Amino acid sequence: MRNNNSLLANLDWATVLIFLALTFMGWVSIYSAVYDEEYSSIFDMSQRYGKQMIWIILAIVLGFIVMLTDAKFFSAFAFPIYFLILIVLVGVLLFGITIAGSKSWFQIGGFALQPSEFAKFGTALALAAYLGRLNADLSQLKTKLVAIGIIVLPALLILAQYDTGSAIVFSVFVLVLYREGMSGAIMVIALIAAILFIATIYTEQMYVLIGLLVLFGVSLMFIKRHIINIMKLIGLFLIAATFVLSVDYVFHHVLEPHQTSRINVLLGLQTDLKGAGYNVNQSKIAIGSGGFFGKGFLNGTQTKYNFVPEQSTDFIFCTVGEEYGFAGSLIVIGLYLTLLIRIVTMAERQRSVFSRVYGYGVASILFFHFAINIGMTIGLVPVIGIPLPFFSYGGSSLWAFTIMLFVFLRLDAYRLNTL
Amino acid sequence: MKKNLYATRQNIIIFIFMAVAVLFVGKLFYLQIINTSYKLSSQNNVLRYMTQFPARGKMFDRNGKVLVYNESAYDMMVTPKLVKQMDTLEFCRLLKIDRHNFLARFKKASAHSRHRASIFLEQVSKEDYAYIAEKLYHFPGFYFQARTLRKYPSPIAAHILGDVGEVNQKNIDDNHYYKSGDYIGKSGMERHYEEAVRGKKGLKIVMVDVYNRAKGSFENGRYDTLPVAGKDLVLGLDAMLQQYGEELMRGKTGSVVAIDPTSGEILALVTSPGYDPNLLVGRVRGANYNKLLEQPEKPLINRAISGTYPPGSTFKLVNALVALHTGAITPSTQFSCQGKSSSPIKCTHSHQSPLPLAPAIENSCNSYFWNTFRNILYNHKYHDLKDAYEDWQNLMFSFGFGKPFDTDIPFELPGNVPTRAYFDKVYQGSWNAMTVRSLAIGQGEILLTPLQLANEVAIIGNKGFYYPPHLIRKIGDGDSIDPSYTTKRYTGIDARHFDVVKNAMRDVFEGAHGTARYNKIEGIDAGGKTGTVQNPHGEDHSLFIAFAPFDNPKIAISVVVENAGYGSQWAAPIATLMIEKYLTGDVKRKELEEKILTKNFNEEANAEQQ
Repeated sequence: MRNNNSLLANLDWATVLIFLALTFMGWVSIYSAVYDEEYSSIFDMSQRYGKQMIWIILAIVLGFIVMLTDAKFFSAFAFPIYFLILIVLVGVLLFGITIAGSKSWFQIGGFALQPSEFAKFGTALALAAYLGRLNADLSQLKTKLVAIGIIVLPALLILAQYDTGSAIVFSVFVLVLYREGMSGAIMVIALIAAILFIATIYTEQMYVLIGLLVLFGVSLMFIKRHIINIMKLIGLFLIAATFVLSVDYVFHHVLEPHQTSRINVLLGLQTDLKGAGYNVNQSKIAIGSGGFFGKGFLNGTQTKYNFVPEQSTDFIFCTVGEEYGFAGSLIVIGLYLTLLIRIVTMAERQRSVFSRVYGYGVASILFFHFAINIGMTIGLVPVIGIPLPFFSYGGSSLWAFTIMLFVFLRLDAYRLNTL
Repeated sequence: MKKNLYATRQNIIIFIFMAVAVLFVGKLFYLQIINTSYKLSSQNNVLRYMTQFPARGKMFDRNGKVLVYNESAYDMMVTPKLVKQMDTLEFCRLLKIDRHNFLARFKKASAHSRHRASIFLEQVSKEDYAYIAEKLYHFPGFYFQARTLRKYPSPIAAHILGDVGEVNQKNIDDNHYYKSGDYIGKSGMERHYEEAVRGKKGLKIVMVDVYNRAKGSFENGRYDTLPVAGKDLVLGLDAMLQQYGEELMRGKTGSVVAIDPTSGEILALVTSPGYDPNLLVGRVRGANYNKLLEQPEKPLINRAISGTYPPGSTFKLVNALVALHTGAITPSTQFSCQGKSSSPIKCTHSHQSPLPLAPAIENSCNSYFWNTFRNILYNHKYHDLKDAYEDWQNLMFSFGFGKPFDTDIPFELPGNVPTRAYFDKVYQGSWNAMTVRSLAIGQGEILLTPLQLANEVAIIGNKGFYYPPHLIRKIGDGDSIDPSYTTKRYTGIDARHFDVVKNAMRDVFEGAHGTARYNKIEGIDAGGKTGTVQNPHGEDHSLFIAFAPFDNPKIAISVVVENAGYGSQWAAPIATLMIEKYLTGDVKRKELEEKILTKNFNEEANAEQQ
């Protein structure tokens, strides 16, 4: 057994390097995105790039603190942390301030803190702690329900803050559940649901229902026609039909107009380039105009002249695409993919279920942010306002992601000491 | 430790991660490498092409006096998207427009584009501009763009100089140089010399941010072009003479055309009634144009070039020349005249009888010229009368009659020389000298413009040649003008025949019976010819043509005063006053001048009607 006190030797440096690379690139990109000739120093504290530098330094300090914390603290205090965050989420509903339509911020001095960013971390911890118990078995209904409950509870509170984007992130825990033994059918069903969802919005619901009916008829000819099979098929058909009808209802009666129009723009049903599609279109122009090697540092015209709204936060990837081109984008995507695979591999080498589940939680959350954020800047996913991990401007998200990642690094460094 | 049952599922999860990454790379490859339209879009986003308008060339008269110059004016531009909540009332007060007007203009601009600037209000004057510019920061989205407006130091020669207006769709379609909102010469010199006068627009490419705020020049101005100022024009016009002519013609309907016979340059081209060229400048152009269009006196018509009149007795000179040339008469050929009982054309002048050519011109004897014309047509030289007529007709064309000179004078009408074919058609082939007898004394189908009349007298003064009348003298720093303008054109008449006619024209002033004997100019040797043109619609038109000095003419002039009676009564005094003014710079016959200046036919006609 290696020396358990040598933290530095056990730390996964590859992950730390990727973390540092992404944070640094994010910082430079923020500098490009909000560059102002009057305040041309990247260290200027009055500008976002100056502030981001402070957030990065503080994030690294937080990372250190995490590394110095006893690894057992996180499993022991998983639930207290989770419940504390739930209380804070309720608190933000009562005492929070509203920024960009979401009541999800605490004003602390001149700084706005977004607790929902930390809720993902808390949920990952709680889920890991719950599934890490000796008698946890996901094939049992009760375990399933509790696990889903742990995930859904903070999501609902965040939804109540009108921060739909952050709430949707919690759906990614399905990956963790799948890894821990939940039926794969759940993912297939989700996929089919997504197809039906898009089909319903694309066409009249009547056509989708007719299509389902035809499918039902065709299936009847191919299966062995005894009563149980037929009943199953009818059941499936009824569930699918109900889903289609409710999607139509939700789309037209429940979703806010800006949400329906974002989905419409994504599906190409709405081409109002100056309206809802404006961000995405300008973002695609920015990235597309980058070419292979990009326009170079600070030479992005789309970027520099504010054509892309929210560019330092949700649309930060535009800066990469425009100034560093296809080559730069490839590097960033490569870094994220390496990081994700690395975390999964590391999770698999954990001896404790807690550490493994937690590792999958971290990977899933990072993956979801990565997929949705970059996906929306290149027009593959609807505009959902969630940050690109380590990259986007903002203290809350950077700190939350850093803590989340470093807790896992701490657990990993400690893995040889358990049992 | 629990058994790790589902470890293989990590592969599926990693596969999902990789699938998403591959999907992104594919889409990025398409956006950044394959599809090039995004590069274009990003340029269009950020580059604003700002037109730099050149100053239009100025115009000067032959003595260097300014006829047209430029004055700065400012178009107010608006970018609707940038307009914020504002004090509309105050804004309207500043611009002197009402609220309704404001809304209509704003709506128009918004319909054009919400994101791009368009003209909100054209041509705000320099004075208003200074006042408004100070307060403009209250009204984001509005800014001024400098333009130039035409300005006329003295309100003369409106028809010649022409006017400038916004291009129409046809201009834009015909010539890609023009963009909506550009100015173009609409008439006169402005139109004919548009290409020289307009200069060349420059282009400045500016990088802007999403709020359309300029952020500096594109690639350090490598693609910018400077505007090239328009070329100045020097006209053959004499501003002093032109102004004098306009004053003399005030209250009368008609025209004065003065040509320099040695070059064909037009010295004065007066049409009456006229208008002030400053009326057709800038924002008010459209409204004023329509007003002028509706006036019953039709001031927009340039009678000097698009009024056509039978030349009357002034035409006898031409018939005399043709007759001498074809041998139909000699200077000593005599015809008798029975005065009012002459047939087929009666003569209204009382004089000796019979008489030879020179006194016939001096007295403007109708009988003499009927006989002369008959001799032209019944000439044994020709196979028949129609051949003789065709020769006559061709000689008419050689005087520049029946077709436009086609120089830089726009909207010139050709007048009319009736052709052999025309008469064949009208009289079904059976016609003779009697049928077309009116031509003998310049009545009937023959129609000339005052410009052609002036050219006729220039030809006689020059004894047989002319330069096509034109307005331009010099373009810019001496670019060559159209060489056809400076090429001599000869009539078909031998030079030797001109002396007798020219001398007879002197007798019109000097002779005891000369029809213009009361209009002699002290100290100036001149030649002239009166004309009194029958007009089926009312009072006769008063015509006079003249040239001076006699030996080396410097000015040839035609005057037409509509519905004014005898040529000697109104047209002759005006013509001789013009000659005196041009050659001596002053007028000694103050009494005559006063009489002409105060005469107002138009008011009198109106008074009679009421």
